[in-house]
Amino acid sequence: MVTVDPPNRPLLQMRGIVKQFPGARALDGVDLDVLPGEVHCLLGQNGAGKSTLIKVLAGAHQPTEGQVLVDGEPVTITNPVAALKLGVATMYQELDVVGGLTVAENVYLGHELATGGVSRRREAHRRTKEIMARLGHPEIAPGREVGSLPAAAQQIVSMARALSHDARVIVMDEPSAVLDSDEVENLFRVVHQLTAAGVAIVYISHRMEEIRAIGDRITVLKDGRTVARDLPARDTPTSELIRLMTGRNVEYVFPPSTELAADAPVVLDVQGLALRGEFQDVSLRVRAGEIVGLAGLVGSGRSEILETIYGARRASAGTVEVAGKRLRAGDVTAAVRAGIGLAPEERKAQGLLLDEPVYRNITLSTFGRFAKGGLLDERSERRTAQEQAEALDLRPTGVDRAIRTLSGGNQQKAMLARWLVHGCRVLLLDEPTRGVDVGARAEIYALVRRLADEGAAVVVVSSEIPEVLGLSDRVLVVSEGRVVHEGPATAIDEHAVLDLVMEGSAA
Amino acid sequence: MSEHQLSAPPPGTPGAPAGPTSAPGSAGATPVPPAADESARVERVARGTGSRRGGAGGGSARILGLVVALAAICVVGYVTAGSRFASIDNMLVILSLASIIGVLSIGMTFVITAGGIDLSVGSVLGLASVWATTVATQTMADQYGWIVMVLCALAVGTAAGVVNGVLIAYGRVVAFIATLAMLVAARGLAELIAQRRTQLVNVQSFQDTLRGDLLGVPKIVWIFAVVAVAGWFLLNRTTFGRRTVAVGGNPEAARLAGIAVKRHTMYLYALAGLAAGIAAVMMLGRTGAGSSTNGLLYELDAIAAVVVGGTLLSGGRGTIVGTVLGVLIFATLTNLFVQNNLDSSVQQIAKGAIIVVAVLLQQRFTSRTART
Repeated sequence: MVTVDPPNRPLLQMRGIVKQFPGARALDGVDLDVLPGEVHCLLGQNGAGKSTLIKVLAGAHQPTEGQVLVDGEPVTITNPVAALKLGVATMYQELDVVGGLTVAENVYLGHELATGGVSRRREAHRRTKEIMARLGHPEIAPGREVGSLPAAAQQIVSMARALSHDARVIVMDEPSAVLDSDEVENLFRVVHQLTAAGVAIVYISHRMEEIRAIGDRITVLKDGRTVARDLPARDTPTSELIRLMTGRNVEYVFPPSTELAADAPVVLDVQGLALRGEFQDVSLRVRAGEIVGLAGLVGSGRSEILETIYGARRASAGTVEVAGKRLRAGDVTAAVRAGIGLAPEERKAQGLLLDEPVYRNITLSTFGRFAKGGLLDERSERRTAQEQAEALDLRPTGVDRAIRTLSGGNQQKAMLARWLVHGCRVLLLDEPTRGVDVGARAEIYALVRRLADEGAAVVVVSSEIPEVLGLSDRVLVVSEGRVVHEGPATAIDEHAVLDLVMEGSAA
Repeated sequence: MSEHQLSAPPPGTPGAPAGPTSAPGSAGATPVPPAADESARVERVARGTGSRRGGAGGGSARILGLVVALAAICVVGYVTAGSRFASIDNMLVILSLASIIGVLSIGMTFVITAGGIDLSVGSVLGLASVWATTVATQTMADQYGWIVMVLCALAVGTAAGVVNGVLIAYGRVVAFIATLAMLVAARGLAELIAQRRTQLVNVQSFQDTLRGDLLGVPKIVWIFAVVAVAGWFLLNRTTFGRRTVAVGGNPEAARLAGIAVKRHTMYLYALAGLAAGIAAVMMLGRTGAGSSTNGLLYELDAIAAVVVGGTLLSGGRGTIVGTVLGVLIFATLTNLFVQNNLDSSVQQIAKGAIIVVAVLLQQRFTSRTART
């Protein structure tokens, strides 16, 4: 049978995909059409089924029902290798590189260039170099050990791997999460190159401005179903998308800032803090009820400042005082006892015991307080955790499930619940909304403001400048390990912050 | 800080009441009952996701599997050796055989649950048994009583454990290497002290106290029972146990939550050393002699029992009930071979096979739950 290809025949189609897990229906009828050369954006809250859908596409999960078609032909993707053979490559949200191997070894991981079992190292290096040049990162040397690279560069390596497969469809799961704005532009450039060559991109991001910038069409998932498809990425109003994603009308707004009482005491007092090689001479005072934001690029030292205040890194100079009491440098236990809490940047790696139940994660800093004479009181732990979970609208309800099964936003709520139970006087938040969807973001912003209103001193770090400005009362701009500006959040806008950051790096 | 020490297993207190020995088996499989109004929902959720409650108790299915395996070995024993195998006396022989490795395995369970390993416990047992039977120690024991020898063994074991712990926690030496060094060094020190001679226990009161039976059951079996119950309690019911699971599950998260990970790591190795000291006392009670060859290769038996029992070698999940069952499986198997006059080489092959099968089954189990 001879048919003429219509110009817009989908490269990839998914029809009625259902994925049933024991006790949970992660996908409940997903349809997706991806055209050649388009950037197809997949939108949905955490828990809507995006990750599962990607895994079905990558061959990591088998669908319970439904059909996947490539070039109009039904296919079964039994494993990741099969997916790559079909030309579907996936860049996962979490970095999937092997730290101990070189850049080239990572790029060709799983499909090593070899003749009779002997690797063709020179060839691999040459091709890796080409791909890196294409990605606009010729400075990443093929022989460099990946573990020694910063996160953003590791992301590039991950992308290079996808490109090394001559993929026709590349799935990118929040590729910009660890990237700076100029690196995001670079990413967009690469995406344009790829689509011009007919490659289709399935792009997942929570950042609307990115979707507007490079997206062609949008498919919206909610509760494991496709609720809208074929929406134009440039003209669909954000409010409409949020309504589709959440099923309710939510304004993406920050809670109003509260007038600070004139006599609010200084709770956190940092003077001349320094960490050799990372940052120097950082001083800040945060009063009860105040939210202070640290704005800066990835690598500017902002996360390190938080971790040093917390004692997770030992300061090389300077002092940290909480309510007038000086903390010992490099002693997290003392910091927690003094009433500081940190919600770390890498929630899963640094914050949670993924296989433990939600309630034990919530009481991880306080179970000793519930205990009597060293004996655990799990009943009160569970009750307290349950109360917090309900107050924060943690979903799914029930604090006995492993926290691994929760979405990013709900895991972050559990982190905050931990410090709520602890009764923190100082709360340090590092990227509080990374991997958190729009609906849950607003909830987290409101929660942070509530904590401040209840008397906590809050310090927020975020790579999203609007977030820092919207949430904070006062902003410190950090560049190259120095504070280059300090002032009220209302007195500065995004462009001014960027200007300061650029100036700082030029100096 | 004092709470850990208070809740550590009571060192060498044999002859404790018989009551608690029956408790851990049933309680281990089902952790704390939740509040009544909540339990229905909890169970629904647990059933729904297939996820287990609690990191420590976990998989009653896994425990059941071990019980079935143990029962199967017993059936084979009865079929092949009849009443020679299935007699009270033989059961007590099996339990005695299991006791010393059992106590080491309880200590090992803590270390492995926290993501560590202790290769030195067998050597430390040997060293403690030698140190407790030197002429000097025994002379003192003659004067002040048998307890001197017990305290000496416990102190030597704990001290060796503290050295391990300090090296690993504060010196940042990998646990495998630090305890390997202790394995070699403790054995050497034991040989040096004993001059490679066997040191008989001459203190009559020590023999009277630790040898023989209590209520028809060998005293070393009682010690094992007490240590196992104390270990179960410590792991599942105390803050020390919670810290252990947290440190093993995600050390960085534990540290950032304010848990003193280094200090706790040191305590864990001290605890394993203490267990080796207790095991040394039991060894002296059973054999009546301190020797530098006591406890040779016991560390491997202990690790095997812990892993077969279901404690994750990577940390974050530990089960004392599983460990006890693991120890009993190996001890029963050994007895089965002895009763049938079978070659001990075949027995070793069977042991190896059991370890592999147990771990394979566990991996299937964990990968199935991890996917949900």
